[in-house]
Amino acid sequence: MPDATGLELIAHELRESEGDEAVRETVFFRGRGTIEVAPERIRAVLAHLRERGFAFLASVHGVDYYPHEPRLGVHYELLDMARVDRITVKLRVPTDAPEVASVTADSSADAPGGPQRGWPTADHQEREIYDMFGVVFQGHPDLRRILMPEDYEGHPQRRDFPVGGEPVAFTYNERDALGPM
Amino acid sequence: MEVKREPLGPAAGLGAHVDPGALRVRSLNAHQLLRGADMQGANQPAHLKGTELERYVEERILTTTLDKTVAWARSNSFFPLAFGLACCAMEQFHAAGSRMDIARFGFEAFRASPRQADLIILAGRVSIKMAPIIRRLYDQMLEPKWAISMGACCSSMGVFNNYALVPADKFMPIDVHVPGCPPRPEALMHGVLKLRKMVQDDPDMGWRERYDAHGTEEILGA
Repeated sequence: MPDATGLELIAHELRESEGDEAVRETVFFRGRGTIEVAPERIRAVLAHLRERGFAFLASVHGVDYYPHEPRLGVHYELLDMARVDRITVKLRVPTDAPEVASVTADSSADAPGGPQRGWPTADHQEREIYDMFGVVFQGHPDLRRILMPEDYEGHPQRRDFPVGGEPVAFTYNERDALGPM
Repeated sequence: MEVKREPLGPAAGLGAHVDPGALRVRSLNAHQLLRGADMQGANQPAHLKGTELERYVEERILTTTLDKTVAWARSNSFFPLAFGLACCAMEQFHAAGSRMDIARFGFEAFRASPRQADLIILAGRVSIKMAPIIRRLYDQMLEPKWAISMGACCSSMGVFNNYALVPADKFMPIDVHVPGCPPRPEALMHGVLKLRKMVQDDPDMGWRERYDAHGTEEILGA
């Protein structure tokens, strides 16, 4: 883990190279360093951290911060295999425009951020976040549902999604659960 | 099936003393009688005449209906589909292992093709995405066919009672539900033997007629 000072140094580097608005917040909590970044700068931030040694994208996952706004979050867990060091990069997007640049594919030289290597491991994980939370990853090569059926409506891991399921008939409520007998 | 059995020995009704060593001779004689052999031959039981002879033959024949015989044969050779959905499948494997040994009842031939199977064991949770596939597998099985819903998940959705799962009864007919989470192999054996009893006594106990759960085979090209 970078310590709190190391985290601030990384954040400072990012602000210098990617602009002040790229890094929104740094959190150092229980030995884990987290950087919250602007959603539109996520590719550049990850590319910078990759050059700094965090070359392994261990995990991408989605979060719903309901009732806090902006509600949806995406976490990128990076790992430096040489120094055995980890860092978490977060971003937040609102539910009415849940759009994040995909980090899966390589970007070409004429792309806004210049040529960058992608993180192929993010392919299925971004699809899962799209399926479960409805975050749209722009530039993803094949953004389809991965777990739920293709014709499923809604994003079931959002906190306001009904849990669903069948009424369970116990002895005390079997008349209500099974209807008139 | 009614089976008439009487003890062998002096009280068996043949009158004369019957020693165990003579049973083989009687057996051979009965074979000849059944084949319509000439009763005047050298091996006929010369002491049997008239009603005694009829009884001698009757004792060696079982009568039943063809339906019962067919049900008996079917119920002693289920061909389960080699098919598992989740953790219940582990217990299902153990039912085929040496401790439970499902083979002693004649159910050991797990078939990899639904066309060759007549019993589908839903061993695990059925997700909404998997349900049409399972229904298709069930439809591909040829009549007569049976289904066992194994474990809490595919009967009542169990601990996964949420948006992702669907109970098996909603999309296909189930003959036997085996409760448990997961059921032990003994419980699955109990369920399979219940199904065997159902098939032997009264094929599907009439409920498939009531619910019109017949004739679902998928016919290719139709």
